[in-house]
Parts: sequence; C-alpha cells; structure tokens
Amino acid sequence: MSLLEVRNLRKAYGALKVTDDLDLTVEEGEIHAIIGPNGAGKSTLIAQLSGESLSDGGSVRFADAEMMGMAMHRRVRAGISRSFQITSILPGFTALENVATAVQARTGSSFRFFSPVDQENRLNDQALEALDRVGIADRAFFRAGSLSHGEKRQLELAIALATRPRLLLLDEPLAGTSGQEAERLVEVMHSLRGQVTLVLIEHDMAAVFSLADRVSVLVYGQIIATGPPDIIRADPKVRQAYLGEESAGAGDVAD
Amino acid sequence: MRIIPTRAWAATALFTAFAILPFLADALDDSYLVVIATRIIAYAIAALALDLILGYGGLVSFGHAAYLGIGAYSVAILSRAGITDLGLHLAAAIAGAAIFATITGAISLRTKGIYFIMITLAFAQMGYFFFVSLSAYGGDDGVTLAQRSTLFGQPVLESDRALYYTAFALLLGLYLLAVAITRSRFGRVLTGTRENPVRMRAIGFSPFRYQLTAFVISGCMAAVAGVMLANQTNYVSPAFMDWHRSGELVVMVVFGGVGNLLGAVAGATVALLLEEWLSILTEHWPLLFGVILVMVVLYSRDGLSGLFRRRT
Ligand SMILES: Nc1ncnc2c1ncn2[C@@H]1O[C@H](COP(=O)(O)OP(=O)(O)O)[C@@H](O)[C@H]1O
Ligand SMILES: [Mg+2]
Repeated sequence: MSLLEVRNLRKAYGALKVTDDLDLTVEEGEIHAIIGPNGAGKSTLIAQLSGESLSDGGSVRFADAEMMGMAMHRRVRAGISRSFQITSILPGFTALENVATAVQARTGSSFRFFSPVDQENRLNDQALEALDRVGIADRAFFRAGSLSHGEKRQLELAIALATRPRLLLLDEPLAGTSGQEAERLVEVMHSLRGQVTLVLIEHDMAAVFSLADRVSVLVYGQIIATGPPDIIRADPKVRQAYLGEESAGAGDVAD
Repeated sequence: MRIIPTRAWAATALFTAFAILPFLADALDDSYLVVIATRIIAYAIAALALDLILGYGGLVSFGHAAYLGIGAYSVAILSRAGITDLGLHLAAAIAGAAIFATITGAISLRTKGIYFIMITLAFAQMGYFFFVSLSAYGGDDGVTLAQRSTLFGQPVLESDRALYYTAFALLLGLYLLAVAITRSRFGRVLTGTRENPVRMRAIGFSPFRYQLTAFVISGCMAAVAGVMLANQTNYVSPAFMDWHRSGELVVMVVFGGVGNLLGAVAGATVALLLEEWLSILTEHWPLLFGVILVMVVLYSRDGLSGLFRRRT
C-alpha cells in the first residue's frame, strides 16, 4: 500500500479545470517532486491534499484512510503537514513561539488556562530543536515578522516539521531565498529522507533533480509523466510541455 | 508574547490608586468620588472582558453591552423573587451570559470582520428589545431595585465603600485571571488565531473552539460588570444593553490600548473621568472627548498604553 493515493481528483474554478481527473501515488519514505509551469495547478493540488480547499470529486487516501471531506486541522493530526507558497507564519510571535505552538498542537490539551505556556520547557526544547535543524536557532527570540524573507521560509519549514508529519507537502520552499539559505533548506530536506515522506513543489531544477526520488510533471491539472529524474529529464513529452518552454534550451535546466 | 516590561509596574500603580481611593475621598470630603469610582470599576471589568477577545482574539464584538444587561437583570429578577445574595446574583449572571454567549457566539463566529461586528450588534439589539418587551420589569422604563445585593444575608453593600471594595476585588481578581489566561496554552492559541488563522489550522488547531470559548469567558466577565453596575445605580433598564454602550466599551478598549488588558482598565478609567469632567465644562463634551480620542489614537497606535511605553 502506498502512503498517499490520489485518484480522479478534481477541482474547477468556474469553467477552469485546475485539477483535472488527477492521479498521483506517493510511496512511503520517498521524496516526490512535482514540477510544472506556472498556473498548472500545483498549489491548488497542495491545498486539496492538505484540506485547505474542497475538492469537487475524487479520492485522497492517506495511510489507508480516506481524507476527502476532512478538515485541514484533522489532516494535520492524521500526519499531513504543509508549507505555503506565500509564507504563512504567526508574525507577532517570536520564532520560538511559532514553533512551540506547533509542538503544543500535538502534545496535550490546549484548554489549559492557568499555567504560563512560555515556561513549558518541553515545548520550548522541541521548538528550539526544530529551529536548530533548519538553521535559525539564533533567531529564536526574534519576532517572526521581523525575520528576513529567507529566514521566514526556514521558520515555516521548522513549524511544519514540529507537527511531526508523516507526509510533508512543501510548496516552493526555496522561492525567494538567498543562495546560502537555499543550500541550508536543501540540506535539511536531504536529511529528512527516510524520516518523512516529502512532496516537493519546486522551480529550482538543480534542487529538484538532486533531491527527488521521483518526479511528476503537472500540466493543466493533469500529471503527464511520473518517474525517476533521469527518465523525466529525457522524456520528450515533458521537454515539450514544460522544460522546453521554461528556458531557451532544455539542456540548461537539466544541468 | 508581547508583554510590556512596564505593565506589572503600571498595574501595581493603577490598582494601588484604586485601593486607596476611598481614603482620598475621605480626605477630600468628597463621597461622590467613591460612587463614580465604582461605576468606573464596573466599566473597567467590562472593558477588560472585551479586550480579552478583541485584543487577543481579534474579535471585535459590538454587542458586549448585552452582557451588562444580562448581569443587571439577573440582579433585578432574582431580587424581585426574594433572592438577594450577591453570590447567587453573580452565578445567575454568569450562567445567563454563558448561555447567551454560547448561542450567539457559535453563530457570530461563522462570520468575520465587519459581519462579525454587525451580527454581535444585532444579537445585542435582540436582547435590548427582549427586555423592552418585558413589562413585568418595567419594559422601557426599567425597574428600581429595592435594595442592593446582600453578602451572607447581610446588607453590607448598602455602604458605598463596601460596594466599592467588592467591585475592586472583582476587578483585581478578573484582571489576574485574564492575565493568566492570555499567558496560558489557551491564550497562545487564541492569539495565534488572531495572528493567522490559516497557519493555526495548518498546525492542527480549529480556531472556532478556542474563539468560542474565549467569547463565552469574555461574556461571563462582562456580566459580572453588569451585576456591579446594577448595584451601583440601584436601577436596571434596557439602556444597559443599548448599542451606544457597546460602542463605548469598544472606545474604552481602543482608547486604552488594545491587547494588553491593563490598557482596557486604564481606558475605562480615563474615558469615564473625562466624561465626568468634560460634562461639567460643556454640554458638547462628547465632541471634546472625540477630539481627545482621535489625538491619543493618532499619536499612539496603542492608545494610552503606548504613551507610557518607552520609545525604542
Ligand atoms: N481561488 C481561485 N479562484 C480562481 N482561480 C484560481 C484560484 N486559485 C487558483 N486559481 C487558478 O488556478 C490555476 C492554478 O493555480 P495554482 O494552483 O496556484 O498554480 P501553480 O501553483 O501551479 O502555479 C491558475 O490559473 C489560477 O489562476
Ligand atoms: Mg503555486
């Protein structure tokens, strides 16, 4: 049984079929990249898988349980976590509080009204660990809203990791990060191999081809090809539909 | 979270001032001061309650006067039935508020922003007209209370000073409770839903349950204010639930500074003192008050609290 099995998934905005009878299978433990041109429906797919937006039809089976109709916060508890293409953090909280809140969500009740949460060392320790993992432990006590764009991306990954997902959906985690920050994030994703199943949407082809076990190509709401990076790179259908139109020579992208 | 380092000091100063006020009134031979101060404290409790959801939850309730009314009518209705104990008045007020807040909150929280503001206002208006139609309790005119609530069967609250200190003790207790709540696990989730509800969902929280709980806690606290207000005025009418009054509570919170609890207390205090003083100076005092409000909020986005914060 695969960890994630998506069948005939559909979603339309008016006449626009953004997810068009989409099938996708993700194996436990793999890093599965999804590439495709802008507007292909990648973010919409993530939104549908995470439960942020409703699907028009189809089925999403995760760890043998049907997720369709399940609210986002329940899917998180079932083990699906995500990052957003447009950074989504709690800007008025410190970086540490951002992550500690995620730890809190899976450890014990949050209907506790009297003891100060900032003195719960178990939350803070785990939060600090996650910050350290993504490389921004030194920013723990900074307001999240005051961090640089790249640091916010790192923070968002730490938040997602702190929920201890089985399946992590990352929507363009490298977008807008500096070279050094991107390197660090790629390193972190490498280190997740075998621990977390990763669905990675990314435009940075170097990162995709170095990280992914398998790549799926999404065009106009449909997966037109799935396979190991080398096969995908060589697939004429893919070169035509996607790699070719992104840059002058497909070879550049594939380097 | 956003704890102002000076808040503990400011709170100590403000509450100490409240504690010694009756002695000051004695020294000045001005017993009216204690009466005004009791009214101020009742509003401070209500403003504190509102700030809990407005400042921390981002929920702008424009119907919080409803809870003043529920608290006040609890006193009127129980007293009429021969039940005069303050503890029972408070219990009834809190129970009534919890029911009203649970029902109206569950519906209102389905909406956001301006719609939330309008729907909370609409529910409060329904409460207003309900009591207007309650002819047994004077309808529009309301009822005069025969006596104040009793404590352990004794009419101790007939003394203005005893009533004042009772209200003060409630304010202090509720303030400390509210501070604890905002620093707790629950408080962090509530604040998180204000910061970014989608992010909160994406880490596994459903904002609704936490928002509704906060809404109910806030309503219950505001109902306590209504009980004190009824005792202070010895008179209960639907005017307690007037939408003007809901608006005044919002003004007090914004004036004092949203989202730090003490600002709400300070906002209620300064707003009512200004009302007292300005209304002596001119009958156009609301205009004057408006000007002051605009200036404070323009000068400091955090209201009065912001004026006291060290600039960095
Ligand atoms: N809420 C929405 N309402 C209408 N159209 C939308 C909405 N969200 C996305 N779309 C459209 O759906 C298509 C796919 O968008 P998206 O999933 O963001 O693509 P990608 O992430 O692959 O760039 C785009 O054409 C976009 O304009
Ligand atoms: Mg996208």
